[in-house]
This record gives sequence, structure tokens and C-alpha cells, in this order.
Amino acid sequence: MVNIINLISQSAIPALIVFIILLALYKDVDVYDVFTTGAMEGVSIGIKILPCLIAMLMAISVFRSSGALDLLLGLVAAPLQKIGVPKEIIPLGLIRPLSGTGSLGLVADIINRFGPDSFIGKLASTMQGSTETTFYVATVYFGAVKIKNTRHTILAGLIADIVGFFAAIFICQLVFN
Amino acid sequence: MLNFIWATMVITGFVVAVINGRMTELSTAILESGEESVMTVLKLIGPMSLWLGIMKLAEEAGLVNILARLFKPLAKFLFPKIPADHPVLGAIMMNFSANLLGLGNSATPLGIKAMHQLQELNQNSRTASDAMCTFLVINTSSLTLIPTTILALRVSANSNEVTAIIGTTLFATCCSTIAGILVNKVLLKFELNNYG
Repeated sequence: MVNIINLISQSAIPALIVFIILLALYKDVDVYDVFTTGAMEGVSIGIKILPCLIAMLMAISVFRSSGALDLLLGLVAAPLQKIGVPKEIIPLGLIRPLSGTGSLGLVADIINRFGPDSFIGKLASTMQGSTETTFYVATVYFGAVKIKNTRHTILAGLIADIVGFFAAIFICQLVFN
Repeated sequence: MLNFIWATMVITGFVVAVINGRMTELSTAILESGEESVMTVLKLIGPMSLWLGIMKLAEEAGLVNILARLFKPLAKFLFPKIPADHPVLGAIMMNFSANLLGLGNSATPLGIKAMHQLQELNQNSRTASDAMCTFLVINTSSLTLIPTTILALRVSANSNEVTAIIGTTLFATCCSTIAGILVNKVLLKFELNNYG
């Protein structure tokens, strides 16, 4: 099972690229020229994203390093534990929407402490895999096209994250306990 | 909303740091975050340029249009305001596929490409269009069939049941994505301002 999934993951990109090039050749496209024209856009998009990312990562790092996140954690921990959320998992739920590398670090830490096949280890894995870093995605996607008014997107994204958080706890308790 | 969240995070952080006496840590963290942003963008530019090149080829070869047509029934529900057969639907579908396969590094550039085309339909306004909101919410809630990063982490931690979490992840991600889509639909409907 692992091998099949690995094989698909590993060969998906090369196979797709070769397929597209073959199809383009068949359609008489100047493959090299067209590829480089497209690739040129990548640099300018990167430069457009950078200021937004600097702003967002600064705010997140201020929030984390000052201890404000721990404070928030202290506030929500008791009520969440009361409704049956394991306390080891609560920091992950808070950091997941803010920072992808931060939450991956937490999952690695949880897996090291409790083991990958423990209940907490599986729950942390499920949580990390089941949602994206909402703030990063919103910053990068909107930053690239210079959208200033993001309307309700962040709110809807965070609600989805919360639903994902509880869905992960529910299904893991059902399957692994 | 972003203005508010951003300012709140910085100001609360500052006040808490004053109370906790963590000013040194705060200064270091602020400067490091700038460095981290540049590293993130640098790491993104390579795969992004590569995928934008491939996307251009796929466009010229007509593949994006074929994908757009395949995606039409679902697109009608998710993006009712985008004209059927518009090439942006192809770009959106490429992004969704990369997400499903767990190719995070490739999904982002493809998503940005789609955002650019959505922005053309949006007549370069500064306000997100309905379609952009929907697209963003689906991306933030993630669509994973194969959570590659987590599987790699579990393999390196010598797990005996590496793939045990695929089913649970699939369930949780379906719940979060469906919730995101529904909340977005409701908020779009009840918003007072009617954006394009």
C-alpha cells in the first residue's frame, strides 16, 4: 500500500511533464520558447508576494515569540479539555492555521514524544494533513494579484479549520480508540 | 479584515511581550521573520517558474481547455459566475489535482496562476470576487488524498502503520472542505454589498 502510494507520488510530476510536452509537440507548439515565456512570470510573482509575506510572518512571529499565543492557549485549554479534546493536541490546533512549518515542527515533536502509532501521534498526523495553513494561503494567493479587500475569506477559512480540528478528533477516537 | 487581524496580532504581541519582559526575544523574532519570508519566496520562485512554464505549454497544447470542459458540472455549482469553458477552470482544476496528489509545492504556483486569471475576470479590482473567495476557501481547507509530507514524517519516525492515517485524514479534510464551501456560500448570499 505504502509502495503504491509512493510510486504514484514519485512518478506523477515527471509523467505529467512528459505527457504535456508530447501533446504540445503533437500540436506543433514551439515547446522551448513557450516554456521559457511562461517561466518568466514566476520571478515577478515572487517579488509581488514578498511584501505580503514579510508583513504576515512578522505579525505571526510577534504573536508567538511574545507569549501571546501561549496566553490564548491558556484561555482555550480548559474549556476544550472539558469537552474531551486531548491537551497535547490543543497547541497544534492553534498554530495549524498560522504557520505550516511551526505546526509541522509540533507534529514532529508529538510523534517523537508519544510515537507515530500512539493515539496522539495518529491524531496529530491526521490534523496536520487535513487542513492547510490558512493565513499563508490567503497571504500568498491574494498578494499575488494585489487584492486588498479579502471579504469573508479568512473567516470562512478559519471556520473550516475548526470543523477540521473537531472532525479529526471525532474520527480518530472512533477508529483508533 | 486582514488590516484588523494584522494590527491586532502585532499590538497584542507587543503588549504581552512588555508584560512578560520578552523584548529581546521579540526583536530577534521580528528580524528573523523578514529573513524567513525571503527564504520562503526564494524557495517558491523555482517551482513556480517551472510550473508556470509547464502550464503555458499545457495551455498552448489545448490541455487546459479539455480540463476546463471536464470540470464544467462541478464548476457550475462552485463558480456560478465564471463563464462555462473559460480557461481559468482548467487552471483551477490543475491546482485541485496537485492538492489531491499531495504535491503542495506545485499546488501553490498553479493556484496563483488561477488567481491571475480570476483577477482578469474581476477587471483588476482590489476586492476579491465571489469566485476568488470560493477558490481560496477550498485551498485553505485543503483537498488531500495523499498527505505526502506527513507520510514522509511517519516513515522517518519508524511507524509500523504509516498509512493508517490516510482514511482519517480523508474524513477530516472532507468535513473541513465541505464546511468551508457551505460557510462561504452562505456568507456570499448574505453579504450586503454585491461584488462581481
